[in-house]
Amino acid sequence: MEIIVCIKQVPDTTEVKIDPVKGTLIREGVPSIVNPFDKNALEAALQIREQKGGKVTVLTMGPPQAVDALRECLAMGADEAVLLSDRAFAGADSWATSYTLAKAIEKVGKPELIFCGKQAIDGDTAQVGPGIAEHLGLPQATYVQKIREVQSEQLLVERAIEGGYEVITVPLPAMIAVEKSINEPRFPTMMGTMKAHKKTIPTWSAADIGAEADKIGLDGSCTQVKRVFAPERKGQGEMLTGETENEVCLLLLEKLQGAKIV
Amino acid sequence: MNFQLSEEQAMIQKIVRDFAEKELAPIAAELDEKGEFPHAIINKMGEMGLFGLPFSEEYGGSGAGCLSYVIAVEEISRACASTGITYAAHCSIGTAPIYLFGTEEIKKKWLPLCVQGKALASFGLTEANAGSDACGTQTTAVPEGDEWILNGSKCFITNVGVAKIAVITAVTEKGQGTRGISAFIVPTDTPGFSVGQPYNKLGLKASDTREIILENVRIPKENLLGKQGEGFKQFLVALDGGRISIGALSVGIAQACLDASLKYAKEREQFGQPISKFQAIQFKLADMKMKTELARLMVYKAAWLKDNGKPFSSEAAIAKLYASESCMQNASEAVQIHGGYGYMKEYPVERYMRDAKLMEIGEGTSEIQRMVIARLLGC
Ligand SMILES: Cc1cc2nc3c(=O)[nH]c(=O)nc-3n(C[C@H](O)[C@H](O)[C@H](O)COP(=O)(O)OP(=O)(O)OC[C@H]3O[C@@H](n4cnc5c(N)ncnc54)[C@H](O)[C@@H]3O)c2cc1C
Repeated sequence: MEIIVCIKQVPDTTEVKIDPVKGTLIREGVPSIVNPFDKNALEAALQIREQKGGKVTVLTMGPPQAVDALRECLAMGADEAVLLSDRAFAGADSWATSYTLAKAIEKVGKPELIFCGKQAIDGDTAQVGPGIAEHLGLPQATYVQKIREVQSEQLLVERAIEGGYEVITVPLPAMIAVEKSINEPRFPTMMGTMKAHKKTIPTWSAADIGAEADKIGLDGSCTQVKRVFAPERKGQGEMLTGETENEVCLLLLEKLQGAKIV
Repeated sequence: MNFQLSEEQAMIQKIVRDFAEKELAPIAAELDEKGEFPHAIINKMGEMGLFGLPFSEEYGGSGAGCLSYVIAVEEISRACASTGITYAAHCSIGTAPIYLFGTEEIKKKWLPLCVQGKALASFGLTEANAGSDACGTQTTAVPEGDEWILNGSKCFITNVGVAKIAVITAVTEKGQGTRGISAFIVPTDTPGFSVGQPYNKLGLKASDTREIILENVRIPKENLLGKQGEGFKQFLVALDGGRISIGALSVGIAQACLDASLKYAKEREQFGQPISKFQAIQFKLADMKMKTELARLMVYKAAWLKDNGKPFSSEAAIAKLYASESCMQNASEAVQIHGGYGYMKEYPVERYMRDAKLMEIGEGTSEIQRMVIARLLGC
């Protein structure tokens, strides 16, 4: 089975700090990692390859240093890696990004499966995977928490929904965006690490993938980031104290009535 | 001169640190408390190829070299020194003698298993009357037909209770001193080969250390490692490499001591401020940082020399000596910075202190390292 996994290099922080003046993310001193959900996507792809044979190609759009993220994926066991890097790609929103990735996927070949993480931990949009499927005219399953069965024509998957999950079949080729709970990504091997550094990773430009200039980067983006800011901290809660439980209850009731809640 | 890790080495460091932080650090205290050998972790380390780092691709290794290997030993030991000694003993003194001196047949048979972690290896040199002075070796090996028959005992042997193979030194020619010692490869399931109960140790409690009893253990002739009478020379070479890895283990613990102390010093408040604001504590932390950095530098240098085919005996001894003593000093200061809490099991530093002490003893005591360095100075 031919599988493509789209990955993103993101800053390793759960607590993204924002420059209050410039309104941009502060990246200095923050190490870069492979977006955690994308590692789940790669793990899912590797498991299918182990079962069914085939090839796993990892793809990323990013600055030249994103090659480190690709090498990590190769060390985990991916067969091939491609970097999409071009100044013209800069400033892309999720629409332009998914267009660019879709064009690159067409150049790689005709994959039967495209895996993405459910979202990237820096932007949190969860739009790129579905965008790729739309650009390529493929079916998609998002928030996949389990792959139950892999058949040559279709996939049987569990899709997380509020309060439970649904089981759906997806005809192939398709785009699958995965949840964290789908698997436990393997650690890269030492042998894989050594091999990953010997491998040449091609860098493709906008011209290489035949992307139209007005559909990529800032120019191809339908949305613009107006302002990035840290939400203001909410005020402290108020502690009600009293001698007895009753007293506190009455105080609370007064407050609620005062605020016209009850 | 270039102090930059290669891209591969930097990535190996990142991967092993990530593994150690996620899989090992959370269970290290419990492993220590229960004295439980971490079989599942060792299996995972085997799958990741960590045991293959210093060995060539020919035998299933990754050919990443000694420096990559010591980086991995350091990161593992930073999380759990018991796992660190298991790892280091398996690679540096268990597997390396086979790699360095084994016949092609022996290598083909055992190295792939050792490298994948399917067979753990141990190294049996020390005896009740032969510690620092291997001349006191009393275990004997006598040829008979196309076999060797081994009799005797070994003490304090790391990994042997979980190992499939042991490299054993024994006297083949009495009265010849060190030239009468040879080394043998002994599968641990050979009849007559038995091990004692695990020792009840001060530290490194999740590592396996036992006595070996050899009673008419018959092994084929070809299990002699290299040539007869070269056992002493061989283990000097193996221990040179082993010392670099004990150095790395020490750096790992020394770093863990600093990590825990810095965190605690910033959190603990006395006299109205964090204790890290007191110069007395700052000086301790500064010294701990300095010693850790210097120890790491020397360990890396010794490993680099080894990787580049240059003599490294003196540097290995210096690295082991300086790193182990720094590690013990850091551990002591770490407990001091933690005060009474440092003496309690709720904090990891008492474990670091117990684990650290072995670094100054195993694979040649600090006194022996000084003798080695002095001898190489020409004294
Ligand atoms: C946890 C653990 C794991 C071990 N694992 C292994 C293993 O896997 N394989 C193995 O073969 N061994 C192993 N050992 C044994 C270890 O290598 C020895 O304990 C060590 O070499 C010291 O030997 P000894 O204990 O007999 O001490 P001794 O040699 O009796 O030393 C006692 C003291 O005398 C000092 N001393 C000795 N000779 C001199 C001298 N000439 N000048 C000055 N001072 C001297 C020593 O430095 C030390 O302070 C292990 C030990 C421990 C505790």
